[in-house]
Amino acid sequence: MVSILGVLLAWLGHNVLDNMRERGIRAGFDFLFDPAGFEIGEGILSYDAAQPLWRAFAMGILNTLRVAIPSIVIATLLGSLIGLGRLSTTPSLRKLCGFCVESLRNIPLLLQLLMWYFALTSLLPDASDAISPLPGVLISKGGLFLPAWSCVGGGCSWNLPHLEGFGIEGGWSLSPEYLAVLTALSLYSAVFIAEIVRGGIQSVSAGQIAAAQALGMRPLQILRHITIPLALRAIVPALTNQFLNLSKNSSLAVAVGYPELVSIANTSINQSGRAFECIVIVMAVYLTLSLITALLMNLYNARVALRGAK
Amino acid sequence: MSALKHLRTWFWLILAALILWPALNWGVVHAVWTPDLEACRAARGTGACWGVIAEKHRLLLFGRYPFNEQWRPLLASLLILSALSPIAFQKLRTRRFMACGLIGVLLAASLMTGGFAGLSPVPTKLWGGLPLTLLVSLGGTLLAFPLAILLALGRRSTLPLLRSVCTTYIELIRGVPLISLLFMAAFLFPLMLPTQFRLDILPRVIFTIALFAAAYLAEVIRGGLQAVPKGQLVAAQAIGMRHWQAITYIVLPQALRAALPAMVNSFVGIFKDSSLISIVSLHELTGALSLALGGDAEWRSFYLEGYIFIAAVYWLFCFTLSAASRRLENHLNHK
Amino acid sequence: MIHSLFRRTGLAVPFILAALASTPAHAGKTLDAIKQRGNIQCGVSTGVAGFSLPDSKGVWSGLDVDFCRGIAAAVLGDPNKVNFVPLNPQQRFSALQSGEVDLLARNTTWSLSRDASLGLSFTGVNYYDGQGFLVPKKLKLTSAKQLKNAEICVQSGTTNEKNLADYFRAQNIKIKPVVFEGFEASFKAFFSGRCQAYTTDISGLAGVRNKEAKNPDDYVILPEVISKEPLGPAVRRGDDEWFAIVRWTAFALIEAEEYGITKANVVSLKDSKDPNIGRLLGSTEDSGKLLGLDREWAFRAVKAVGNYGEIFARNVGPDSVLKLPRGLNNLWNKGGILYAPPIR
Repeated sequence: MVSILGVLLAWLGHNVLDNMRERGIRAGFDFLFDPAGFEIGEGILSYDAAQPLWRAFAMGILNTLRVAIPSIVIATLLGSLIGLGRLSTTPSLRKLCGFCVESLRNIPLLLQLLMWYFALTSLLPDASDAISPLPGVLISKGGLFLPAWSCVGGGCSWNLPHLEGFGIEGGWSLSPEYLAVLTALSLYSAVFIAEIVRGGIQSVSAGQIAAAQALGMRPLQILRHITIPLALRAIVPALTNQFLNLSKNSSLAVAVGYPELVSIANTSINQSGRAFECIVIVMAVYLTLSLITALLMNLYNARVALRGAK
Repeated sequence: MSALKHLRTWFWLILAALILWPALNWGVVHAVWTPDLEACRAARGTGACWGVIAEKHRLLLFGRYPFNEQWRPLLASLLILSALSPIAFQKLRTRRFMACGLIGVLLAASLMTGGFAGLSPVPTKLWGGLPLTLLVSLGGTLLAFPLAILLALGRRSTLPLLRSVCTTYIELIRGVPLISLLFMAAFLFPLMLPTQFRLDILPRVIFTIALFAAAYLAEVIRGGLQAVPKGQLVAAQAIGMRHWQAITYIVLPQALRAALPAMVNSFVGIFKDSSLISIVSLHELTGALSLALGGDAEWRSFYLEGYIFIAAVYWLFCFTLSAASRRLENHLNHK
Repeated sequence: MIHSLFRRTGLAVPFILAALASTPAHAGKTLDAIKQRGNIQCGVSTGVAGFSLPDSKGVWSGLDVDFCRGIAAAVLGDPNKVNFVPLNPQQRFSALQSGEVDLLARNTTWSLSRDASLGLSFTGVNYYDGQGFLVPKKLKLTSAKQLKNAEICVQSGTTNEKNLADYFRAQNIKIKPVVFEGFEASFKAFFSGRCQAYTTDISGLAGVRNKEAKNPDDYVILPEVISKEPLGPAVRRGDDEWFAIVRWTAFALIEAEEYGITKANVVSLKDSKDPNIGRLLGSTEDSGKLLGLDREWAFRAVKAVGNYGEIFARNVGPDSVLKLPRGLNNLWNKGGILYAPPIR
């Protein structure tokens, strides 16, 4: 079977090379050093179109992380709350949390993302009539603007967003694309995490808790020393899978124009025509991300498991 | 205790006042139900315009499929849905599900394709909407199934080379986003085949979904294999069965039965993931929405209603299947 | 029993394939393959008004579409023997490279990098375009140079994205591009107010404004044209016969306009005394022989879709919603730059 597979792969690879040669398509990764030629809307690094393409890819990777990491944090917190809510003794809260879970997890993430983006760009006011819920905070179609603490030269001061030209300038801004991806990813993953948390806590046997009560432990002590450590053992491996899913799902951001890795790769495919190379880069980056996440979570898991065994 | 009860009453009252009442008001009381553009415009902001669904339901559900032939995709969707219905009957018969699904998909696909019995041929690029979503997800899952079984067996094999190949495949596929694989189907697949062979984008996408689903299904099946006691295999070999016979006739049926609820869940996942094919410009359910509303300046203002409609279709489908999967699981546990 | 299931599923694979796959193409020369297949696979856009747009019944219309029909008429004798394959910008080149389409007529800009490194050849130009900006009237803009710090909606995978960066870099103005996967997603975002400006080729801007805006008068096209966008059909590299057929059919349509041959009078002009017309329509000389076609190739093309001027008027000119002026796309002797080499 393995040898058949090997022959098949070799045949496919041979075809690719053959077809590319026949059609005069150039191959190789040298194009990464050519100027990118396109601008990127947002990012952490300073970047302009004259810089080499690899830097555009770096921007894309950082933008992926910039949305994936906060989403992981929000989803975990929110998911734990919903999961606990589903175990609450208050039926109304339980039902509400149950409703959230059932409604969100049965709708494709892509559709939810498009809906959030639509809500943010169509239902919010123009920049000129931005909503200001708090002084210095502006919300409009242009995104969310927050005051930023900036230091120029010697003095530091609050840099407040304000209306200038067409839009809002200054402060710390989050684009609607970013916000839509962040919201959709966090909520979608949160309901899956909620189910994991609920299952994890339910897996702690009643006997353990009864035993702790018999020893005279108070409810909070039981939670801290018995329920949480035991539940974590069941939760962490499943949580790892959710984190992996979340980082892979961040690739859907391409649908709303957030310039993350897949979006940059997509643009590069068009500008350079190097489809194969760009897809290989995307896959390699995601594999690396997956490996790192799995590694970190396994380390954490080892710690949790040890503590539980102590 | 009565204080808590009051609290609960208040909680529901506030929730009702803040969310439920406005939602009801917008979605039902002030809503416009007829495809009347003027009435919809007048109600904008205060009431939903469900008329947009009435106006565009053909495009939303069937995409660009020739208008006069749209009974075919309708029938095809019903065929696939009825092929899926055995799952609701709580019988743990993997074989029957597969056979039903296969017949359903094949009949539906040939009905859509046409070119026989007086049916005019309709090229796959005109397919769209619900039947496309159903075909891609069910077709992809069924195609994935044999590969998934081989991968699951391979991953548990004692041959180190076979094991590592299967493990690598599974982990590789599970480590990359589906969208990168779909890009591969769109851009690279044509280069991988000799020039004589040409595949439409649709079969390419179905193959890709199958390759993707196989990795996930394989893990589910592996879970099922682990649930089969070792003694079963030993016993089978003791009565003179060869290893592969023991696997095919004794171990696999039990493993698949144990894995069935999880496989249904995987299918729900694939069903939701099939929305991604709209990114490689196939107009399945999600893509059909932009097809129906994106190009129409008049109705484009009522996108929200379109989103809600599509979301409701997905929700209904996924919820029903997940519930069926839970019932199967209960059934399995109480056996 | 599982074993038999295995066999059944295994057997099903070829059936599914047979049900879904299109007929495999014939290898070798494109023209032979087309003749054997009985139709031309023509790669078009997924929907750009004036160039290639399907109506609700799936019937395609547009400048690029008519061009494909003209070639089908010249080669196969029937303008309807075309199979239109809608392609997004990302797919278009690999579709041509892989042989999925015989011809790419998808308002594609001819540029050096595309001509030299993508394994394809542009056969000429069927529409001279340039990139511009569409802005809401209420912003009261008069020049693209006022777009400092503006957010500009643009479709990914187009030359527009690159030109945008180049133009504002040259002007030393900072802008924020908001890049969308699809054409429709990009203008939808613009009309929802996400961006202050929308950029694409001017023909596209006119289409978007006149067809997609709720009220076209609320939007204006800025005067700057920031790039040269010669749009033209492309074929796979390495098949010179097919290349020549596509190129010369386009010339024939232009030549027809120059000699006043129209869809309406082409039949009566077959008896014309003008030797140029006689040569073009095949009544006196056989010009098709050199291309591997019969003598009436150009006659059939004009009869099917009309001359270039008629195609223009019908799809993007005065008879269409776009109402674009001829501008550069007029004949060389009428103030434009369309110039067909002599057909003889």
